[in-house]
Amino acid sequence: MNQFLAFVRKEFYHIFRDTWTMIILLVLPVVMLILFGFMMTTEVKNTRFAIYDPSRDVATQGIVNKISMSDYFIFSGYLDSPDQIEDVFRKDKIGLVVVFSERFYENMMHTGDAQVQLIADGSDPNTAATLTMYASSLIASYQQDMMGEVKIPYQIKPEIKFLYNPTLKGSYNFVPGVMGMILMLICAMMTSVSIAREKELGTMEVLLVSPMKPVQIIISKVVPYFVLSIINLATILLLSVYVLGMPIVGSLSLLILISVIYILVALSLGLLISSVAKKQMIALLISAMVLILPVLMLSGMMFPLENMPWTLQVLAHVVPTKWYIIAVKKVMLQGLGFSYIYQELIILSSMAVVLIVLSIKRFKYRLE
Amino acid sequence: MLKYLIEKEFKQFFRNSFLPKLVIAYPFIVILIFPIVANFDVSSLNISIVDNDKSSYSSRMIRKIESSGYFRITDVSSTHKEALKSIELNEADVILEIPTHFEADLIREQEAQVMISSNTVNGMKGGFAGAYLNAIITDFNSQIRGEILQFDVGKQVPSMEIVPLYKFNPHLTYLVYMIPAIMVMILSLVCGFLPAINIVSEKESGTIEQMNVTPVGKIQFILAKLIPYWVVGFVVLSISFLASWVFYNFLPVGSFVTLFLFTFIFVLAISGFGLVISNYASTIQQAIFMIFFFVITFIFMSGLYTPVASMPDWAQLVSNISPLKYIINAFRQIYLKGSGFTDLIMPFLALAGLAVFFNGWAVLSYSKKT
Repeated sequence: MNQFLAFVRKEFYHIFRDTWTMIILLVLPVVMLILFGFMMTTEVKNTRFAIYDPSRDVATQGIVNKISMSDYFIFSGYLDSPDQIEDVFRKDKIGLVVVFSERFYENMMHTGDAQVQLIADGSDPNTAATLTMYASSLIASYQQDMMGEVKIPYQIKPEIKFLYNPTLKGSYNFVPGVMGMILMLICAMMTSVSIAREKELGTMEVLLVSPMKPVQIIISKVVPYFVLSIINLATILLLSVYVLGMPIVGSLSLLILISVIYILVALSLGLLISSVAKKQMIALLISAMVLILPVLMLSGMMFPLENMPWTLQVLAHVVPTKWYIIAVKKVMLQGLGFSYIYQELIILSSMAVVLIVLSIKRFKYRLE
Repeated sequence: MLKYLIEKEFKQFFRNSFLPKLVIAYPFIVILIFPIVANFDVSSLNISIVDNDKSSYSSRMIRKIESSGYFRITDVSSTHKEALKSIELNEADVILEIPTHFEADLIREQEAQVMISSNTVNGMKGGFAGAYLNAIITDFNSQIRGEILQFDVGKQVPSMEIVPLYKFNPHLTYLVYMIPAIMVMILSLVCGFLPAINIVSEKESGTIEQMNVTPVGKIQFILAKLIPYWVVGFVVLSISFLASWVFYNFLPVGSFVTLFLFTFIFVLAISGFGLVISNYASTIQQAIFMIFFFVITFIFMSGLYTPVASMPDWAQLVSNISPLKYIINAFRQIYLKGSGFTDLIMPFLALAGLAVFFNGWAVLSYSKKT
């Protein structure tokens, strides 16, 4: 046991000696979480819109006023002819063009074939869909105002309730994903260097002639990084709650439990990379450049998994971040209890066990 | 002399067994998988319906929702509680609850209510679900009203038609929006990470000492480090073009010349930035952590995933230093709208400014003293 503690102490020295790396390790997650937490929103606001209006009557004026007054749109000007529409889009100055048909007011009141075209820049599909949705509802509400006191007969009134996230904040969806990404990448990058560095510097030889067993060498490597990761987890959780305003509806201890298991998975993944790679550079490139792809793409962090073809959905099952994000959302936002997340807990725990066993097996205790 | 220095860099690059494979395979794999994955389309929403009325109107409304193409009815629950359970289990995204006496109220009181509860853990998806459902119900409403009013002429309602149209991408496919941006992402990962570990790995292996005793000047040294990545950048981009053409039959509306022109400047900027980091770092680990942080931040600030215009003002201001912002915007404009060089002169100048700035900094921060 004493031997083991001595090894753990040695690993701590490695970390403390390199002040810059340590600062980076502790500050990086903080800065990233804050940046992403504030930047990652898909809310649309202050979009500039232009009008092509051959009618210029009470109704079109009313609609233009209605749209300009909302927070989503800023009025940018009238176009002289429909030919200009293409041009303003190509210059990328305008997100939406509203085109009215001729004799708009007259047709609206009598014949009923008044037409409003909402032309959006479809090169950004989601923004385009959102913009036309907002604009149509603004026009509909203008129509509503026009009716004045006249009650619309036979009306179905839908009452919409948003569950868990009543103000539709984008951060509710992104923060669990960013937490999963940061923990996974930082943990894996930290540990992946540890064994590769000893190989490269030649100090591995010294470790191998010691009476320590490979298992002990590997576990002593994980302990200090585990401590660092726990500190990171604490800062990340504090920041999400107090700076980003995320709620923790469910139990905090359950959230910590799942995060600790997830950290173990990430650390052991780093170990596996480390025992396979011969050089630090390769270990780091694998854990940064290669690992980031499944974490970004297949975790459901940004892109809904249910939209993917089944082959990729199957592939996504082996990405630990996917299970972590699902569990975090359930506990943090929906406030669900243990019985709802035991599946994710079991999957993550078995991943951790498999990865640790694999990296011990792959660890060569003879020099080549 | 520059020629021999560049030759040395290429030899070092090819001697490494991992790097050439990475440069070839990375763009291929990412272009193949990413665009399929990056599918934000919210077209199949799961809906759970609680029909307490079971009248002809309520079942007509349900059929209308089913045939809209946006919703898949997962279950028809008998109570609100049961429906809520299916949301908790992630089986449904939205609940529609039709109260008892819905049809009777609509005809007698001229007004009836329905309740929509949508799961907004994912705010965008939940918002869409609510809005789509609302639109379908409104549509159903005017259909019903028309039927009833036929027997009740005289009440004229002012009406208009709202037609949404989408320029450049009429079917709103997400794929064509993502591919140009993903090309840029690959470029910046490869051409940002590799220079960042280049100088520092010479420091770690000690070969930088040999460099320091030669008469090679600062500018020559940085140029020799820069030019190979510039070539790598062109290889990566050409593979990306080829892959997106072969896999997705996706070609730009604008010209390849403009695309390459932007890449030319962009690779200089991002590789110069990598070299700056490499100059300051003392271990490979530090260098990777720093470049990782900056490249990821640049990527997220660039509007690749979430539009720059939706960010808070301070973030929009900070995003001006991300070279990715300019080139992603330019790539999308060229690929989708066919914008020409004259339309994009401002982002080009901004990129050129950043390239000069980062490379100037790289030259100044390189010091032969240790």
